Amino acid sequence: MKMIVAYIRHEAFEPIRQDLLDAGFPSLSISEVKGSGRQKGITEHYRGAELAIHLRPKLKIECVVDDEAKSLVVETILRHARTGSVGDGKIFVLPVEEAVRIRTGEAGDEVLQAHPENSEVPA
Amino acid sequence: MRRRALGVGFACLLLLLALPAVAGADTLDAATNEAGSKLGANVPINTMWVLVTAFLVLFMQAGFALLEIGFSRGKNVGTGIAKILVNLSIAAMCYYAVGFAFAFGTGSSEGDLIGTTGWFLQGFGDPQQAFFPNGLGLSDATIESKWLFQFAFCAVSLAIVWGTTLERIKFGAYVIYAIVFASLIYPIGSHWVFGGGWLQSNLGMQDFAGSTAVHLIGATGALAALLLLGPRKGKYGPDGRPRAIPGHSMPLAGLGVLILFIGWFGFNPGSTLNATDGRFGEVAFVTLLGATGGVLGAFGATMLKQRTIDIGMVANGMIAGLVAITAPSGYVEAWAAPIIGLIAGLIVVFSIIAIDKKLDDPVGALSAHGMAGIWGTVSCGIFTAPRLAEYNAFGEPGLVYNGSFHQLGTQALGFTVVFAFVFVASFATFFLIKKTIGLRVSEEQEDAGLDIVEHGMYGYPEQFIPAPEIGAGSVGPAAPAYSPGAVSPAGSTATAMTASEGAPA
Repeated sequence: MKMIVAYIRHEAFEPIRQDLLDAGFPSLSISEVKGSGRQKGITEHYRGAELAIHLRPKLKIECVVDDEAKSLVVETILRHARTGSVGDGKIFVLPVEEAVRIRTGEAGDEVLQAHPENSEVPA
Repeated sequence: MRRRALGVGFACLLLLLALPAVAGADTLDAATNEAGSKLGANVPINTMWVLVTAFLVLFMQAGFALLEIGFSRGKNVGTGIAKILVNLSIAAMCYYAVGFAFAFGTGSSEGDLIGTTGWFLQGFGDPQQAFFPNGLGLSDATIESKWLFQFAFCAVSLAIVWGTTLERIKFGAYVIYAIVFASLIYPIGSHWVFGGGWLQSNLGMQDFAGSTAVHLIGATGALAALLLLGPRKGKYGPDGRPRAIPGHSMPLAGLGVLILFIGWFGFNPGSTLNATDGRFGEVAFVTLLGATGGVLGAFGATMLKQRTIDIGMVANGMIAGLVAITAPSGYVEAWAAPIIGLIAGLIVVFSIIAIDKKLDDPVGALSAHGMAGIWGTVSCGIFTAPRLAEYNAFGEPGLVYNGSFHQLGTQALGFTVVFAFVFVASFATFFLIKKTIGLRVSEEQEDAGLDIVEHGMYGYPEQFIPAPEIGAGSVGPAAPAYSPGAVSPAGSTATAMTASEGAPA
């Protein structure tokens, strides 16, 4: 199992979410984060004084998948998050030891599977 | 110790407020009953006008509250509300007990230093003749309505003081200075300028509604407080250059400015104290031209200076235009009003930028009320029309009409005297506060914000306390229970997906 952590531009999220969903990966979490990188800050003006902002808002995606699905997810993120300009963000892949679905208590790779159409799920 | 002092204070206040009961019957009732007739036909009309405008001016407290809160950071917003309410109430008690008597009571002679009659609004004699020959004698509106109107002015002037002190001053300083300000500083200063005092009656200083008497007095107190208080933490970098500390809500600040704008139509037109002479419409017209001139002046100046349209600056431009047109509103012809406003708008932008290099004035009170107040006062010496100088019976026409610098000199002397008096008195008061209870919260308290430190709770709790800690429970709309096929983007289940992004599916 791998956790894929990606820092992306806000506007890249919606197509990534849609493509991952279509490919059978509905499970992900996002956070609004602020960070710095090679993209410079901006200078704001307020009542005649300047304010240099060094941290820029980004979106952080976290998503845990099977080892085999890793490259599909990474490629999906790359496809939509890359504009070619400084500030597109970064992707990190981390090993994951264990996964547990809270509702059922089941553990292991099974937790990462999107539910097949015919599986029994209590309403 | 502190609690006992508070208890004693309240007991004294109660005793003091019972004093007028000893003084006997209401003077207005006595006078009308003795005359055996009803009030004259104009009295109710004029009283109605004075009261309506007094209410408009009282509404300006909402404007000051929102303006200051909008220009503060989110951790210092609740304190603005508490301050406005407590300050207004202290000022009411003080102005009722002694302030009004000092400001408008009849002194030993015309053109005196301080009024000496009318304590607790008692013992001023015949209400039709009361406070004559001082400013209020021009109108036959009932004395209680005049008191309300003048108190509203006092409260506006006091509200201006605190603009420079946001986000770091101790609440106790508000309480103590409010007592001194509403009992002595404002009444004496305004007595000189429009209470029939020596500046008005002897020198012929012109200040129709208080560019000097209300706005410059407030801004001068603000300057005295700021000099002893110092800038907010982090306002000036290690290199000494000013850094912006953006206010948390421009919409609130803007709403505050628009409320002040509306309130000003009580402020200036109400200063006629009189509806039956028909002057108030003209004064309102002049006021509007001044205010909008101020916006355009600031709009142009901020575009030139920053190449952006600074929201706070444009807002200050409207205030500056209004402040500047306050003194001349009853003295100038309409053509002069946009010019006075436009220049005020230019002054306020350059003044804010210049002052910001050394002094931390979060709302721009020194510029919008101080510098624009001075310009408004001086502008009378330039633009006052002969017919209006004659009508108001104070001073002479301005420079453009008679080529004489006399009135200009009178105006300059007037605002200088008032500035000097208010500055010395305010500086002494704030100095004593600083040496006794202290003027400024500690650095840790400033970091934490005044809301939590002085008031025990944030003005915006959800912004500072994590939702689970304040029992907020589930946030966001409830998603329907999971059903197979939710991975499909089609149909109603897709809506559930977008509504619960981030939730484990």
